[in-house]
Amino acid sequence: MTAAYLGIEGVSMEFGKGRAAFMALKDVSLRIAKGEFVSIIGHSGCGKSTVLNIVAGLLKSTRGGVVLEGREVDEPGPDRAVVFQNHSLLPWLSVYDNVRLAVDKVSGAKRSRAERHDWVMHNLRLVHMEQAARKLPDEISGGMKQRVGIARALAMEPKVLLMDEPFGALDALTRAHLQDSLMEIHSALGNTVIMITHDVDEAVLLSDRIVMMTNGPAATIGEVLEVPLARPRDRLALASDPDYARCRGEVIRFLYERHQRPAA
Amino acid sequence: MSAITETRILAGDSAAGRLLRRAGGRLLDALRGVLPPLAALVLVLGAWQILCSQPGAALPSPAKVVADTWGLIADPFFDNGGTDKGLFWHLSASLKRVATGFSLAAAAGILLGVLIGQSRLAFKGLDPLFQVLRTVPPLAWLPISLAAFRNADPSAIFVIFITAIWPIILNTAVGIRQIPEDYRNVARVIRLSPLEYFFRIMLPATVPYMFTGLRIGIGLSWLAIVAAEMLIGGVGIGFFIWDAWNSSLMSEIVLALVYVGIVGFVLDRLIAGVGRLVSGRRVARN
Repeated sequence: MTAAYLGIEGVSMEFGKGRAAFMALKDVSLRIAKGEFVSIIGHSGCGKSTVLNIVAGLLKSTRGGVVLEGREVDEPGPDRAVVFQNHSLLPWLSVYDNVRLAVDKVSGAKRSRAERHDWVMHNLRLVHMEQAARKLPDEISGGMKQRVGIARALAMEPKVLLMDEPFGALDALTRAHLQDSLMEIHSALGNTVIMITHDVDEAVLLSDRIVMMTNGPAATIGEVLEVPLARPRDRLALASDPDYARCRGEVIRFLYERHQRPAA
Repeated sequence: MSAITETRILAGDSAAGRLLRRAGGRLLDALRGVLPPLAALVLVLGAWQILCSQPGAALPSPAKVVADTWGLIADPFFDNGGTDKGLFWHLSASLKRVATGFSLAAAAGILLGVLIGQSRLAFKGLDPLFQVLRTVPPLAWLPISLAAFRNADPSAIFVIFITAIWPIILNTAVGIRQIPEDYRNVARVIRLSPLEYFFRIMLPATVPYMFTGLRIGIGLSWLAIVAAEMLIGGVGIGFFIWDAWNSSLMSEIVLALVYVGIVGFVLDRLIAGVGRLVSGRRVARN
């Protein structure tokens, strides 16, 4: 394995104390290389969002830790920007100001006013939202809000981009559009990405590796699947690709045969 | 040549026509808005007039009210010294007390609301106290405040303060507690300082709730001041009503009630308007 850029080292997570303690994660270890796109997939309630929140520093693990570029991180910070599941745009700020707030805060010292403005617009352009810069979040669609959420995260120039089921709340067509945009951005910028998802096709289409998690309590990594598909990927061509079908099959087998969801 | 003039005339004609139609449409819309409340008002006044024009009616009819109080309606600004002043002076004295008491309540209420909204400990400690105190009727505070301040005016202001503060505290606290966890997380990821968090996230997220509290507070203040002034005397609309009752001037009481209602309505709309301005469309319209 190449030198790990981001290391999740023996992370366990326990909620509560004493008798009421609930072991959510047990001994999760994962190493991610620079520029890699990793998806974490599992049934709901398996603790995949907990893993992401620990990497983000929003939750503190009970045991183990997260190492980024050789340094332990246990506080939230813009080097691990998060795209939240429900976009989390501030509704009283315009699209532009939502991104601007992050840019002012994160790169206020190293960029001039004009440069910060240009950087905001650059990132909005990246997600095709420069036209809506002056709109309020309530005035744009769910897919557009998530685009802005991605622009805000990208504008922080994170070392790792963390995405928590970013397209979970969107309809299938919008989701496909955003996946394509994300692939475009990933190939242009070479970001390191961890994405939580419960959509098998999304995981296979976007990822270099798919991390499959067992069910909780004491959830952990069950299996890691390499996705050997060449980039750039095209969803139409992949539909009849044998490698794609094999990867998809393996994930589905893992989720529905070996780690069937406990009665929901 | 003639063809050109003709088209011009036609074009001008149709443009004027369009303008006329649009103006007509706007007039119709305005009428639709004004007509129903106007009709209701006429109906109520009509019923009142019929009910109270029978001989031996205990209350004056609207026509009699206007006739009796025409002097007060026509000149609200006279000042014959003492408490013999026009209605403008009475209302403005009451409004001054409300403004002072309500401003103090708003400042203290928002601070306390932020405190118990933010700190679990402060909430646990203070909430039971607030829940009990807020049920105390405004006028029940008056004897205590008279004893404490030994002066009518500060006592009335204290009654306003203590009446208005509870909804402001409680709504602000609710507003702060409902700030979505995600907003906090955004703030943590971009590392906002506590002060930046307060101004950039907590305040804007709470403003709609705050203004709900302020609106309830101003309504209660206005209710309380009229009652308090009946007891403390001096210049003020509450005292005016009490004085009129003691002189059996029923028409003056009715006129004062109309003014009290209108001022209360304007105060409510004023706070709602400011709320809408501050929060940029985020306060619901009612």
